[in-house]
Amino acid sequence: MSISTVADAPVARFSEATIARFDQEVVKYPPEQRRSAILACLAIVQDEQGWISPESEKALARYLDIEPISVHEATTFYDMCNTQPVGRYKINMCTNLPCQLHGAARALKHLTDKLGIEDGQTTADGLFTVAHCECLGACADAPVMIVNDRSMCSFMTEDRLDQLVAELTAAEGKA
Amino acid sequence: MSAAQVLAQYASAGTESCFHGRHIKPQIYADLNGSNWRLADYEARGGYAALRKILDADNGMTPDEVITEVKESALRGRGGAGFPTGMKWSFMPRKFQGQKYVVCNSDEGEPGTCKDRDILMFNPHSVIEGMIIGAYGMGVSVGYNYIHGEIWIAYERFEEALQEARAAGYLGRNILGSGFDFELHAHPGFGAYICGEETALLESLEGKNGWPRYKPPFPANVGLYGKPTTVNNTETFAAVPWIIRNGARAFLETGIPNNGGTKIFSVTGDVALPGNYEVPLGTPFPELLELAGGVRHGHQLKAVIPGGSSAPVLPASIMMDLSMDFDDLAKAGSMMGSGAVIVMDETRCMVKSLMRLSYFYMHESCGQCTPCREGTGWLWRMVQRIEDGAGRPEDMAILDEVAGNILGRTICALGDAAAMPVQGMIRHFRAEFEHHIKHKACLVPEYL
Repeated sequence: MSISTVADAPVARFSEATIARFDQEVVKYPPEQRRSAILACLAIVQDEQGWISPESEKALARYLDIEPISVHEATTFYDMCNTQPVGRYKINMCTNLPCQLHGAARALKHLTDKLGIEDGQTTADGLFTVAHCECLGACADAPVMIVNDRSMCSFMTEDRLDQLVAELTAAEGKA
Repeated sequence: MSAAQVLAQYASAGTESCFHGRHIKPQIYADLNGSNWRLADYEARGGYAALRKILDADNGMTPDEVITEVKESALRGRGGAGFPTGMKWSFMPRKFQGQKYVVCNSDEGEPGTCKDRDILMFNPHSVIEGMIIGAYGMGVSVGYNYIHGEIWIAYERFEEALQEARAAGYLGRNILGSGFDFELHAHPGFGAYICGEETALLESLEGKNGWPRYKPPFPANVGLYGKPTTVNNTETFAAVPWIIRNGARAFLETGIPNNGGTKIFSVTGDVALPGNYEVPLGTPFPELLELAGGVRHGHQLKAVIPGGSSAPVLPASIMMDLSMDFDDLAKAGSMMGSGAVIVMDETRCMVKSLMRLSYFYMHESCGQCTPCREGTGWLWRMVQRIEDGAGRPEDMAILDEVAGNILGRTICALGDAAAMPVQGMIRHFRAEFEHHIKHKACLVPEYL
């Protein structure tokens, strides 16, 4: 998204519960350094809304008392920020060397073929987004992937990927 | 089953990576089982005894004595650079009036490395205690632990462990009645390899993009929020309580001269039993390889990247004669780095392996310095061209030259980290690259 998209966007309103979660992060830093909580707050927004909209960027800027462009800088610098809406389950599969040596590239292809999408795309039903990513820091459990930024999944060979997709689809009542 | 229950089934329990019982003289991973990470369990293993020892009203240790003890232990930084920890601590200005900070670098994203994850998940109080001891030695009252955003579960666990430590009086004001104050907080990253570089980490901790700073000034003088700051790796802090409890000499004698203590190696790739292995520094590589089950599928060893993706690759013939310590690996033209040992067997194509690593560095370059921003792209495109069968004979010289032009010409070490694997591959596996260029085909038949 362009910078003008952010500039033109209205300002979102965060719920009191969300603000309360932000407050818990901000208190960790000196009062004049509220900005330090930006990554923790972005993680909270993404956890609740699935992505960081231009409206949210502006609202977070207001909360942290910084310029909206500073928040936009962060969302475009830090890879885990979703700057576009993603599927109900965002799957990031590590394809770096230790995972590659355990078949990650093949597993990723298997997954995208199975879901009928390309690397980086979302399924038509909005259930799955799949993208390769860089090292997740769990190399001994290769191949590894992470779902919705929080759930690290280990030893994700083709058969376990099939099982996971089937189980998540069932959990959504779409089986 | 709910989605959360589904996903929980796929989470690592640490069984394969940490609780395999194949460590040698472990100090950090000793007696862990995955369910004994809480404060009471840690205390039962002798946890917080080191803190009680230094803060004892009658026989305690002065801050200087703590730093001297760590110096004498020959503990060296476990994050990559291997700098002597006690010496780093002594750089903090003694008489500085104002806030100073201690920061733990748990932004573990060096491909091949997953040791800090298991420390944070299964022994978080060892890091907390190590940080408190360091803070006492350096006269610091506030600390942060910057945790890799992708291991969110470890961030949550560390927060929980902090709550326990606060409730028990190990953190906060007047710790154990000593008059020493220290508060510690967890800080999440959100997906940027560069933030593992200490000055980028400090920028990120300030809420900015992780762009590395020029050094000097060093963080000990101008660090977090412009204040004196010391940054150490997770494993480094976790080693400190053991040193205080058992003495510098016992730690030093666990390893070899100039390489004190144990080191956790993340052994990955083509081994039968990938995992974290804690062994004394100086353990011969063949012994480490055997702990990890040896090369899998009965294949022959071809090459090893001994210290994370940034370390130059070494062929099997050299590797099998080395011992795993800072000095031996450096003498062989590589480095110990973060202790990530990536093993590759005879079926692996070195061009394809380098291509993946080069893609990584191009993706992670922060873009500040031209040689790195442009050079990492050049490296990747050229290696890809060779892999795709479109390489030209002169490409070898250009690859070497581009790598050489990045090396030493950037603000931080990411540029070096991108260049060194290229030079290592060319040094030891030139024939394989030349074969790709000449025959437009791979020397090895298949690659997963």
